[in-house]
Amino acid sequence: MVSKSVLQEQMAKQEYKYGFVADFDEDTIPKGLSEDVVRLISHKKKEPEWMTEWRLRAYRHWLTMKEPTWSNVRYPPINYQDIIYYAAPRPKKEVKSLEDVDPEIRSLYAKLGIPLQEQERLSGVAVDAVLDSVSVATTFKDKLAELGIIFCSFSEAVLEHPDLVRKYLGSVVPFNDNFFAALNSAVFSDGSFAYVPPGVRCPMELSTYFRINAQDTGQFERTLIIADPGAYVSYLEGCTAPIRDTNQLHAAVVELIALDDAEIKYSTIQNWYPGDKQGKGGIYNFVTKRGKCLGVNSKISWTQVETGSSITWKYPSCILQGDNSVGEFYSVALANNYQQADTGTKMLHIGKNTRSTIISKGISAGYGRNTYRGRVQIHKGATNARNYSQCDSLLIGSTCAAFTFPDIQVQEPTAQMEHEASTSKIGEDQLFYCQTRGITPEDATNMIVNGFCKQVFLKLPMEFAVEAQKLISVSLNLEGTVG
Amino acid sequence: MLEIKNLHVKVAGKEILKGIDLSIGPGEVHAVMGPNGSGKTTLAQVLAGRLTYEVTGGTARFEGKDLLAMKPEDRAREGVFMAFQYPVEIPGVSNAYFLKAALNAIRKYRGLEEIDAMDFMSLVQDKAKLLGLDETFMKRGLNEGFSGGEKKKNEVFQMAVLEPKFCILDETDSGLDIDALRLVANGVNTMRSPKRSMLVVTHYQRLLDYVIPEFVHVLVDGRIVKSGDADLARNLEKHGYGWIVEEAPRPQPARA
Repeated sequence: MVSKSVLQEQMAKQEYKYGFVADFDEDTIPKGLSEDVVRLISHKKKEPEWMTEWRLRAYRHWLTMKEPTWSNVRYPPINYQDIIYYAAPRPKKEVKSLEDVDPEIRSLYAKLGIPLQEQERLSGVAVDAVLDSVSVATTFKDKLAELGIIFCSFSEAVLEHPDLVRKYLGSVVPFNDNFFAALNSAVFSDGSFAYVPPGVRCPMELSTYFRINAQDTGQFERTLIIADPGAYVSYLEGCTAPIRDTNQLHAAVVELIALDDAEIKYSTIQNWYPGDKQGKGGIYNFVTKRGKCLGVNSKISWTQVETGSSITWKYPSCILQGDNSVGEFYSVALANNYQQADTGTKMLHIGKNTRSTIISKGISAGYGRNTYRGRVQIHKGATNARNYSQCDSLLIGSTCAAFTFPDIQVQEPTAQMEHEASTSKIGEDQLFYCQTRGITPEDATNMIVNGFCKQVFLKLPMEFAVEAQKLISVSLNLEGTVG
Repeated sequence: MLEIKNLHVKVAGKEILKGIDLSIGPGEVHAVMGPNGSGKTTLAQVLAGRLTYEVTGGTARFEGKDLLAMKPEDRAREGVFMAFQYPVEIPGVSNAYFLKAALNAIRKYRGLEEIDAMDFMSLVQDKAKLLGLDETFMKRGLNEGFSGGEKKKNEVFQMAVLEPKFCILDETDSGLDIDALRLVANGVNTMRSPKRSMLVVTHYQRLLDYVIPEFVHVLVDGRIVKSGDADLARNLEKHGYGWIVEEAPRPQPARA
């Protein structure tokens, strides 16, 4: 660990060296990206030099890269010099009570069945209830510490657990992995860090909800989760409440590392602002998520419910390096109105007897475009590797679109591959049938969509599954008005 | 119970029903027979509320209420049920879940409490036995991968659970082997009661050997050209539709 004095010395040097700190406002820096901006971010976060250097290498590499165009999403060019890359977490606008919150948002909360206390926290109501949740979080942290589990913000981890961070940061998603990952590596703001020591089974779901100090997700989030041999952890990201953010571009990176006999379960509910009904506004969510099953018999399981964002570009993947390791990907992605989703997974089989399962459910409605993109690679030497893939698309209405781009590369004759795909449409026949049984078209659509997603919802932690079901219904706008 | 007067219906711009008059009293079973393309299914679907069928004239009153003005789901909640000729499949939604949702939607409309899980299970088990459906059936997706016979049984099973006041059976006998036909007919007969009426739409006599109607109507080219009792159906089986078509008044050429 770097001692405090060394750190302070470095800080002092940097300040001296670049001397720009005083030139800027305390909380934000000007638009645009340059080496100075990268250094400034690192400085503001009081990072050690190795971290600054790593960011700079990423930035320099990013300069040589081109934005990818292979995906099946369309958006106007992004001006990377028109983005503010650092803003200190601002306290949310304080409201006295829920009565003061936008009625539209409150009605959404109600539809989603979010508990009152959670509603208050989300809307930044300054009452005792919120303080209660902080005390819950503190108790929670104490319990984890007893077991030797580290769960903190990424920034904190860089300062408090530099050895772990240095060892694993970029080991799954190197900074030169892709355009958005390089950008994130240069300018990441914050994120989560979790470490579960050998043989420890994390007794509760880790969720950002309990991560005090870092409740704001930030624009360029960085997450690192390490499960030492025999450890188990389940991590929940996101929440069903609608998240509005002034930042249009979000480029996050998530890295998971599972050592021998370890298991990581990572569940996401993503409900960022999808833009209005005409497709204006909305968040671009360009995420790189990857897990490495480094040890033998390790397992990484991704479950995602993607309903928000105007554009989703996301492929949570598994590198199955350890023998007998297991990778799973369960996904529900919804594209309504003018939303576009290009999502899927990569399963890279390197170790012997590795197994992977892919279940992808894409729902398109309105003018939405939903693409499944998947790659299953069986490397030479990955004897007896097995993969099962199932990609199903559901169309609602006749103006949406669904695409499937599976890519299967097998270099090992003992591999067993199975791929199933289906496309179906909620037909007028189905709706009419339900109506003749007394069920409204809205309820019928809901029922059909839930039936379609069931396989994936079952993989979510219980309370999340219930929320996910409601979220899909709200996102499809099935509350009384069906298109 | 159901009073249809001078009903005219167009499908895709073409007039299919050209003035139907039909009066069905409580407890009565009426059969509508006719050659292919005569408008039998159109009659069934329009009573159930299919939107693609455009009513261009006439009325249909169910227990005094304007049936044609109601949404399909409200007709169901009022007690109208249609057993489909080709029931749809809904993968992933179990028969149990679907049926419970339907039953509760109807109960809610009538101001009743939702049925609890235990009561629901015992209700469906009784009715399932009636149609020879086993327990795994309830857990399967709605009609998902069902054989033609299973789908038809499921229609009558749903009818038995939902206990409608007025049942429309659209070609329920088609695609059934003789054993299945007996089971289905038995299911239908068990439901006959002085308070429940039925409209049995069929091309063949064979269902009517088991479900014996009080009245038989012959539909030809969008009109009821002959009405009688169960004997009429037997005559049709023997002699075909030809003689009735001959006897029937020449239909006017369709007006533009």
